[in-house]
Parts: sequence; C-alpha cells; structure tokens
Amino acid sequence: MQFLPALAAEGSADIWKIVTDAFPNILIPGLLITIPLTIISFFLALTIAILLALPQFADTSGYSLFARGLFTVIRKFARFYIWIMRGTPVLVQLFIVFYGLPNIGILLDPFTAAVIVFSLCEGAYMAETMRGALESVPRGQIEAGYCVGMTYWQIMRRIVLPQAFRTAFPPLSNSFIALLKETSLASTITVAEMFMETKRIASRNFQYLALYIEVALVYLMFTTVLTFIQHAIEKKLNKGY
Amino acid sequence: MMLEALDIKKSFGELEVLRGVSIGVEKGDVAAILGPSGSGKTTFLRCINFLERADSGTLIFDGETFDLANITKKQIAAIRRKTAFVFQSYNLFRNKTVLQNVTEGLVVARKVPKSAAREKAMDALRRVGMAEKADSYPHELSGGQQQRVAIARALATDPEIIFFDEPTSALDPELIGEVLGVMRKLADEGMTMLVVTHEMGFAKNVSSKVIFMDGGVVLEEGSSAEFFSNPHGERTREFLRTILERDEENSGVTEKPQEGKE
Repeated sequence: MQFLPALAAEGSADIWKIVTDAFPNILIPGLLITIPLTIISFFLALTIAILLALPQFADTSGYSLFARGLFTVIRKFARFYIWIMRGTPVLVQLFIVFYGLPNIGILLDPFTAAVIVFSLCEGAYMAETMRGALESVPRGQIEAGYCVGMTYWQIMRRIVLPQAFRTAFPPLSNSFIALLKETSLASTITVAEMFMETKRIASRNFQYLALYIEVALVYLMFTTVLTFIQHAIEKKLNKGY
Repeated sequence: MMLEALDIKKSFGELEVLRGVSIGVEKGDVAAILGPSGSGKTTFLRCINFLERADSGTLIFDGETFDLANITKKQIAAIRRKTAFVFQSYNLFRNKTVLQNVTEGLVVARKVPKSAAREKAMDALRRVGMAEKADSYPHELSGGQQQRVAIARALATDPEIIFFDEPTSALDPELIGEVLGVMRKLADEGMTMLVVTHEMGFAKNVSSKVIFMDGGVVLEEGSSAEFFSNPHGERTREFLRTILERDEENSGVTEKPQEGKE
C-alpha cells in the first residue's frame, strides 16, 4: 500500500471539521432531493404496479369476447413490460432516458428522467408483489362479495385490495428502502441528490474515505428511520384481523 | 313457483357435471338437495346464483324468465340482490368485523343509510345469537359462530330465498348443532331455503321437500316425508341404505367434513 504523504499529514482534527462542515451539505440535498425522488417514484411505481397487476388478476369469465381480447392484450403487454424492466440494469435505463432520448428530440430535466426510470422500473418489480398479494386473497372472499350484491369494483376496493395490501406491505416496504438507496444512481445523470453533493465536496478536499462513509451513514440513518416506521405500521395492520 | 330451474347444463371441459337439471321451489319451501359426492349438487346451486356460468338452461325467478346462456350482468346483479348464499367455508370478509360483514351488503350494494343498516344488521345478528360478537373479527370466532354470522349476513338483506351450500360440512361435529338450530328456526319462520346438504336429519325433519341428484340429473323430487318413507328409484333406495348404514355405524356422530366442492 502506498501512502500519500500530503493526505496522511493532515491531522485528524481537520478531517473531523471537514466531516462536520459537510454534514448539512449532505443532509439537505438528502432531505430535499433524495427523499422526494424516492417518495414520488415509489407512489408512481405503486400505481403502475396496481394497474399492471389488476388485469392479470381480473376474472373475465362472462365478459364479452372483445373485453376478454382486450384483457389478453393488456396481460401480454404487462408480461412484456415486466420482462424488459426486470431484465435490464437501472443504470442503463437511466442513461437511455437521459442521454439517449435527446437523440430523438426528447429532452428531460435530470429529476424528471430519474422519476420516470425509477417508477417504471420499480413498478415492474412491485407489480409482481401486488399480483402475488392479490392471488393470496381466497376466491371465496370475492364470491361472498358477489353474493351480498357488490360489484366487482366494490369488492376490489373494500375487500380484496385491503387484504392484499396487508400481505404486500412488508415486500413493498423493502422496495421502498431499496429504491431510496437506488436513487444514488441518479447522480450519474446529474441529479443533485445527496451522493452527487458528496462527490462534489470530496473532489474539492480529497477526503473520499471520510465523506463516502459519512454519506453511507446518512443513507443508513434514513433507512433505519424507515424500518422503524415500517414496523410500526405493520404492527397496526396486524391488529384487528 | 318462486324459483324454477329448467334443463340446466354445465360442463367443465370434457366432464359433463349437469346434464339437464330441473327443479322448482315454492315460497316457504325448505328444499334439501341430496345426493352422493360428485352428483353435481353444489355446481347446480352455484349455477343458479351465477358463481358458475351454466352452459344452457332457463331460470324463472320472481315471475321473470332468464336464459342462462345469454344472461346480462345487470340481470345477474338484480337476481343476486333478491337472493343470498351461505357457503360451506363461511367466507366472511376477513378484514371486516362481524357487524361490518353484515352491513356491507346493505350499505355498499343496496345504499341503505348507515344507521338503518346497523339496526338491521344487529337485528339479524340477534336472530342467530351473535349480537354480542358484533365487534369481533371472523378469525376470533369458531367455525359454528362464523357460519351463524354468515347466515345473519344472508338474512339482513331480506332475501326471497337463501341458498345453502353444505353449510355444516366444514364444521367440527360438536358445532353442527348450533348451525342446524339456526336453520331450523328460519324454516319455522317461513324463510324459503334451498339447501345442499349431507345432513339426513335436517332433510328428514326440517325440510319440506327433497331433491335427489345423481350423475348430474335429478332422480327424484318430492315431499320429504314421501322421499324417506317411500323412495321410488332403485338408486335412491341404495343411497338411503348407504347413508343409514353409515349413520348407524357412526351412531349419531356426524359425517366428517368434506374438502372442496362437489
């Protein structure tokens, strides 16, 4: 191992000062960019996931031939979409959308591009979670709904989705935490989130080790808080029924 | 006739489960559908409440005639609002309390105001002796209690007829009595009921009418007294003989629960 004298000479007190000075400059883009990016992408992904999962789950017996055909097309499309998004790296997807699309005249600002890629990609994973959760609701729950006179959508909204949501909650929380960490990739398409800011600070004072550990700890802090929230909500969900 | 089913046919792939089933139920009838496993009893009941789609057949209900092959969703919804169904596996909504299970069909499907629905639901729960469990969740109840709540859920909507699909088959023997007791009470109150069952005691002592099915057809249909004292067909006699022998062997212990549908 080669020692770099210039850096080694710097005292530990100076490093501590750099780290504490950097803290707000890392935390603030974390709170203002990383967290909103995660939350917006997550809820868009959840919407996509539900839209993809519902047609795969829907009971189409008794529908017209046209409606059944339409559902088959939607299901095929859902499978195709999930295949693409799960089978390619997010980093490559980010590059295609941000650096690639301008070639065909589509220019997106970095934050928008990141939201699009993260919600499309995470949506594909979460669609599988949602499908599994929907399928875990026994058929008899739907039949009972029909028999008390409810429509399909009333049954979905009041009976099936609440039950599926409880099953889906732990894996969805994992997706949320994974997504939070994944947003660091957005730094490669110039989104000024907290990892981007950390890189910027480190390139000025060369304290890579200290600063990258620091940003890792800030991520850890975020995910720890999320895990606590997750457990609290799970506890609440599991109460009652 | 309040409800008449004519020549109902249903196949699952190659398997012909219903080969032209016709029955009639009068207002106030308690009709028991009997028959060996695989005779198509449950499928028939599910077809006339559209949980399965019949391939062909006619349903006359409340003076209206419906062609089962071409029935619309609207017509199905209208029929379902006047009927109720009690399942073998209860199928109470797991995410709703006992009270919510009963009010759901009133508030959501029939737009009854909440307070009126609540009153009606409590009334139905009292009739099955479950009022004190109104705030419990289904998983906190025994099978017999869940089935009684399911019956209350059926009663609350003032149906013209209640369909029962083997309501006691999933219950532990010691819990069967409470459910049969509630059903007997409803019968005494004049509720029209069509009951697929393996309970010979119920068929003999409570039901006014017996429909005997085997191999996807109705072999015998008549008064309960006539059916048990003077069965016509050879197949009916054989069935009764087997059942009675079994009941003697078990000496009062009721049949084991059966999994799945017929």
